[in-house]
Amino acid sequence: MKAPSFRYHAPRTLDEALSLASTLPGPRLLAGGQSLMPMLNFRLVAPQHVIDLNRVAELSGIREDGEDLVIGSMTRQREIEFSPLVQARLPLLAEAIRWVGHRQTRNRGTIGGSLCHLDPSAEQPLVAMAMDARLCIATPGGRREVPMRSFAVDLMTPALEDGEILAELRIAPWAAGHGWAFLEFARRHGDYAIVAVAVLLELDAAGNASRVSIALGGVGATPLRVPAAEARLLGTRVAGTDIEAAAACCAEVDALGDPQVPAWYRQRLARTLCARAIPAALARAAGHAGSNP
Amino acid sequence: MSSEEPLREIAVTVNGTLHRCEVAERKNLADFLRHDLRLTGTHVGCEHGVCGACTVLVDGVSARGCLMLAVQADGCTVETVESLAASEPGPAGLGPLQQAFRDRHALQCGFCTPGILMSLTELLRDDPSPDEEAVRLVLSGHLCRCTGYQNIVAAALQAARARAGD
Repeated sequence: MKAPSFRYHAPRTLDEALSLASTLPGPRLLAGGQSLMPMLNFRLVAPQHVIDLNRVAELSGIREDGEDLVIGSMTRQREIEFSPLVQARLPLLAEAIRWVGHRQTRNRGTIGGSLCHLDPSAEQPLVAMAMDARLCIATPGGRREVPMRSFAVDLMTPALEDGEILAELRIAPWAAGHGWAFLEFARRHGDYAIVAVAVLLELDAAGNASRVSIALGGVGATPLRVPAAEARLLGTRVAGTDIEAAAACCAEVDALGDPQVPAWYRQRLARTLCARAIPAALARAAGHAGSNP
Repeated sequence: MSSEEPLREIAVTVNGTLHRCEVAERKNLADFLRHDLRLTGTHVGCEHGVCGACTVLVDGVSARGCLMLAVQADGCTVETVESLAASEPGPAGLGPLQQAFRDRHALQCGFCTPGILMSLTELLRDDPSPDEEAVRLVLSGHLCRCTGYQNIVAAALQAARARAGD
């Protein structure tokens, strides 16, 4: 179908966008358009006003700020995919971004758009959850920072109030030499994942896991961490039995079910993918006996 | 369209020609190309970004014409399938990529072909000698219900080889 009628606004600055967002009735913010445009074409949404953020240059870009990597909300997935900074410091994101849609959609899709759309299967919110990203939200009065765990409120529900705009994400890279893995299962490449898993792993000098992050997408209403699985690996040598036990924790997570994909199937996928992702992350971690530094 | 349809003036360069038009704010780029500029080579399939038939190049990179508003193309350069023959016409009036599609029977009904040609045009500019995997990755963003893709892959690789032989 065709999009319903709306008024279109193309602000040039964040201040101008904030002013429009807080004064217009029922606006929708248009980022890369790879989710909102289908929703408009399907007439799932019919906003009176669409505020296009694509000409707000200050919302786009990747930079270092102290320990953090800062990614503007309107940074396109293609820029992230080919960013040497992301490849060097956020290898998990660099790996995950290649699972996002297709080249033709990554050319326009933005990381902030995906975070605010908050599809439960989407890759970028999953990475933000795995890495404890902090989200900087521009408000009419200033700025506030929200950790990803609080930002992902519920199914496709970010912690954004009316009139607010996600400005950037701040991610603290893990130590050099950390291991990472991102795996997902979908019927076809480029489809939304049925289940996706992200694993981050640091080893100490003795080869024991000193820091662990395990996160699942497509299982719950939002991407989620699996603290039981992380705790099971922490301090271990990440042997086969440790991996199996941690993966088993992923099968205990409450899962959404639907007629095509029942909850038990998502749980089983979570367990299987986790059991594959942990060894993959381990093999990349410095200090692993089998790794080649 | 009601008389109250909000309109906006845009200036967009399509296949080398600058167009200044008033366009409905809600109209997508593919519909603008087809209905306003009468460039009906760009096809509209699913209208939600999945099938890839409407793929065009915007400022040199591929984009779904159905997932962009025409007003967002204001100030941009757009290339559609109509540009391919005109830019490098061969003996049959076809560009080299189009000729390779013809030689290799890489289309049957042809509905998906314009989008695929534009995505492959982008690929071959970035990487003049792509391997089969790179071609298949680009094609993963397109649905073809006729060919089974094999001949499309063969055509893309033939076009790359032909270019390398130039």
